[in-house]
Amino acid sequence: MTIQESQEEIVEEFALFDEWMDKYEHIIELGKDLPIIKEQHKTEENLIKGCQSRVWLYAEMKGENIIYTANSDAIITKGIIALMIRVFSNHTPKEIAQSDLFFIDQIGLKEHLSPTRSNGLVSMVKQIKMYSIAFQAKA
Amino acid sequence: METKTSILDVELIRSEFPILSRKVNGQPLVYLDNGATSQKPLSVISAISKYYTYQNSNIHRGIHTLSQEATTAYEEARTTVQQFINAEHTHEVIFTSGTTGSINLIASVFGKKHLKEGDEIIISTMEHHSNIVPWQMICEEKGAILKVVPINDKGEFLMSEYENLLSDKTKLVAITHVSNTLGTINPAKEIIAKAHQKGALVLIDGAQAVPHTKVDVQELDCDFYAFSGHKMFGPTGVGILYGKEDLLNNLPPYQGGGDMIKTVTFEKTTYNELPHKFEAGTPNIVGGIGLAAAIDYINKIGIDKIEAYEHELLTYATEQIKQVEGVQIIGEAEKKASVLSFVVEGTHPTDIGTIIDKLGIAIRTGHHCTEPLMNRFNIPGTARATFSFYNTFNEVDIFINALKRAIKMLL
Ligand SMILES: Cc1ncc(COP(=O)(O)O)c(C=O)c1O
Repeated sequence: MTIQESQEEIVEEFALFDEWMDKYEHIIELGKDLPIIKEQHKTEENLIKGCQSRVWLYAEMKGENIIYTANSDAIITKGIIALMIRVFSNHTPKEIAQSDLFFIDQIGLKEHLSPTRSNGLVSMVKQIKMYSIAFQAKA
Repeated sequence: METKTSILDVELIRSEFPILSRKVNGQPLVYLDNGATSQKPLSVISAISKYYTYQNSNIHRGIHTLSQEATTAYEEARTTVQQFINAEHTHEVIFTSGTTGSINLIASVFGKKHLKEGDEIIISTMEHHSNIVPWQMICEEKGAILKVVPINDKGEFLMSEYENLLSDKTKLVAITHVSNTLGTINPAKEIIAKAHQKGALVLIDGAQAVPHTKVDVQELDCDFYAFSGHKMFGPTGVGILYGKEDLLNNLPPYQGGGDMIKTVTFEKTTYNELPHKFEAGTPNIVGGIGLAAAIDYINKIGIDKIEAYEHELLTYATEQIKQVEGVQIIGEAEKKASVLSFVVEGTHPTDIGTIIDKLGIAIRTGHHCTEPLMNRFNIPGTARATFSFYNTFNEVDIFINALKRAIKMLL
């Protein structure tokens, strides 16, 4: 599935929820399936410090593709990260660098990406892209 | 729901705070983030609007009528503040940008004049970053040492430890009157008296005290007292530094500019008298006037009644939250202002805050600018509800129900 297609799939999946409660319950469930960052990569270097919650993100190449793993101490943040990783992980650096992130807006979670939230998600999106650019440069 | 208390007519009071009738996320707003900032009554909003509509002019420098009117309004505001905190003189009241501005002012000028290598400043574990960092900065500059009074598990100031830290080297003690994170009301008077016995001066951070309890700076005998307008129903960007006359007179000015001078030549500038010496540049005129309107409002309701009512609210909320499984209250001092900080086993405070926000309830989550305090309790942060006199028992119930719902979703 392309990055575009995964995002469209998520938008469809979330279209089923009328109630914010259901939406958040789903996000909380998704958080439980997040590909968790290995303990050894949970370093200061991979920590994205928000004022509210902390996010760890790690990326490595597997063949042509980048594989992301992450974690957060807050479960809603974790669920949103799980969605991001579903979209971006297992794609080439070039695909990731050239992609647009639109699903968050469309499923009505824009507020979580506002800088004022200070939950580390904004920096995480930047970091995902940074990794793709860095791996591209290395290739 | 509990029967309505008779101390205050809360329904009438609520009608005077327009924002309280708005909706958030489709739900009636339940505003429990008063520790961060308070809401503003109509009288404050209209004082601000009236100033810009009819009075706006620069102060202290115009011969025209408008300027004189604005100057009078601003100086009357100073008198209102003076009476509110029972300062001996009007010129002991310095307008600043807020608590942070007031503390930085004293740290800077006191440090410049009186601190030398090896001198000590004492703060406590429960200080807000605003009452830590300015002292760290000046200590670093001067080679002075910052000492920290520990607290017990209930979040109370340890007087005996404080006594042990006090010495001839202590030059200044800077302690919060009320903790913004724990709600602890510190025995300020005793802390001050003990410092004075050692010849040290005392600054009290009153940001969280002034909106909730009667503060009398002469009774406390504090040397400096700092607070913010926006936490006491006034506008943002204005605050107060109270200082004893002789102490302020002996300190050098802070910033240079207009208003703080007597005469300027390129060879030598002489400084203006108090309070202007510490108020360089065009001040936040409307801020001062708005703050005075807020004080008038508090006086109209009565600070004693406010304190008594908030105490009832806090007691009720504490009883209710204790019945919620998994909740641990952080801050259980004997003497507490209306702050309820807590953590819930197995959840992160921000998740709780996010979910109950969807239900229209505003609380704060995180470290509340008291990171060392969070480290003391070994937690990343708390969820914190802070009550004001316009909150109701019914709102406490709504909050507790929302909390239960959030916990159910998260666990
Ligand atoms: C105890 C305490 N001190 C200082 C401050 C800083 O106040 P301000 O940001 O208004 O300068 C606050 C506000 O959060 C506070 O609660």
